[in-house]
Amino acid sequence: MQNKTVIKIENLRKVYTSIAAVDDISFEVNEGEIFGMVGPNGAGKTTTIECIEGLRQPESGNIKVLGLDPHKNEYALRPRVGVQLQQSALPHRIKVWEALDLFAAFYSSSVNWQELINQLGLEESRNLPFARLSGGQKQRLFIALALINDPELVFLDELTTGLDPQARRTMWDMVINIRDNGKTVFLTTHFMEEAERLCDRVAILDKGKIVALDSPENLIRNLGAEHRVVFTVQDNIEPNVAELHRLAAVTLVETIGERVVVHGQGDRLVVEVVNFLSVNSIRFRDLRTEQPSLEDVFIALTGREMRN
Amino acid sequence: MHGFWKLAWIEMKLFLREPMAAFFTLVFPLMLLFLFGSIYGNEPTTFFGGFGSVDVSVPAYTAMIIATTGLLSITIQIASYREFGILRRLRATPLRPQVILSAQVMVIFVMTVLSMALLIISGKFVYGLRFAGNPVNVLLAFILSSFSFFALGFVLASLLPTARTATVVVMALFFPMLFLSGAAIPLEVLPKNIRQYAQVLPLTHVVTLLRGLWVGDSLIAHVKEIIFLSAQLVIGVTVSTKIFRWE
Repeated sequence: MQNKTVIKIENLRKVYTSIAAVDDISFEVNEGEIFGMVGPNGAGKTTTIECIEGLRQPESGNIKVLGLDPHKNEYALRPRVGVQLQQSALPHRIKVWEALDLFAAFYSSSVNWQELINQLGLEESRNLPFARLSGGQKQRLFIALALINDPELVFLDELTTGLDPQARRTMWDMVINIRDNGKTVFLTTHFMEEAERLCDRVAILDKGKIVALDSPENLIRNLGAEHRVVFTVQDNIEPNVAELHRLAAVTLVETIGERVVVHGQGDRLVVEVVNFLSVNSIRFRDLRTEQPSLEDVFIALTGREMRN
Repeated sequence: MHGFWKLAWIEMKLFLREPMAAFFTLVFPLMLLFLFGSIYGNEPTTFFGGFGSVDVSVPAYTAMIIATTGLLSITIQIASYREFGILRRLRATPLRPQVILSAQVMVIFVMTVLSMALLIISGKFVYGLRFAGNPVNVLLAFILSSFSFFALGFVLASLLPTARTATVVVMALFFPMLFLSGAAIPLEVLPKNIRQYAQVLPLTHVVTLLRGLWVGDSLIAHVKEIIFLSAQLVIGVTVSTKIFRWE
């Protein structure tokens, strides 16, 4: 199903005043997927997405978007893609409906913007000027503008930065909805949770290079990081609990007061620990497991040093 | 083309929603007209070569309108559109860059025409405004003056990085020019040495050209002003197309 290549990047390179912002990267984006690009600030995410959108000219490399060169064929491409930019705005006094009406006029074919207003929950703000919209309303308006030409491919650059958690989750549902309507989504984010929840595939970008590219599940599995089982014991049964470390899947047992943290590898860990507790009649409560997340993968690959 | 007209229409509405721009462009010239008209009336005097105060003020105020829209509106509008990323967003659509900028210029030009029309109509009905020139010549001079100031505005908008610096710089250029060029105060009442200084101000040439043509001078009599403003237009367009920045 997801075989057709929508974006094909070969050896993309972009230099700013002798520093390579994007340093020889290659990847492909398939039709119908949500492709995410994550990385610390300054990793080159926005530079990459803006080269693909045709807004920046790369030093070297090949870019094909829907089979077109975004710099040579920019006006053939623009009607077929939707763009939400990281740093942009609309005139302060333009009303929501006017912005949609205006942008609809820029395309030879456009969807009914009244429906977009409903889909993106902008009914109540349709007559508000841009300057009076909340951060979430502005981003929903920008998504609506990106969808107004019924694009095949949608670019979302740092869509949820600066939004509160509720607005961010609303935004996630909207992105999934875009994909479910048959469009391909290329997004950048620096929220690992966002990439993990939304993306079919994720490219981790660091210092202008792709350090990993796979589905979030595979990235996490390949990291081989420890799982943890955490529970609370009620009685002073520490001698028994300490025996946990004999289990094959367990690498380390920590007890902090009544709380026990069992570190280990693999999918068998939880089964072995729970089985041990029940066989030895150890009373426990609040048992939960902690899996490694994309954030652990990200930290493992990009290091922990402070970034600007 | 549909995109161009829609953009121009929305920009027109936005212009009128901006109280400062609408006031300075459309209301302020009328305020001056009624203020000085009620003080001096419009009786012909030898001081103004047989014309009244209002007769010579209307072309001068027209020059003021051109300075307002060309210097203030264009520069501040473009600089803030660039600073806030509005130009970026517009450029990411299928609209050609020249279409985006022409729509802005057209709206500003329509506002300039509208303001001049209000001034002339008010002058005619309230003070019996006299006109002794060739309407076609005046119209051509008005168009040349407007576009040469729009070009200046685009040069400034390209040079000034933010809306705030643009506002400060154009105000610093606009107000001295307004009072020294004869646009707000007739040159006749200014001291002689100031009148000589005023010859270096672009707006002085607009005032001289429009006032002269208004009272019946030939185009030949104002070759100097026409050359100056044409040069400003050509240089302004050339320079701004070279240095204009979208972000």
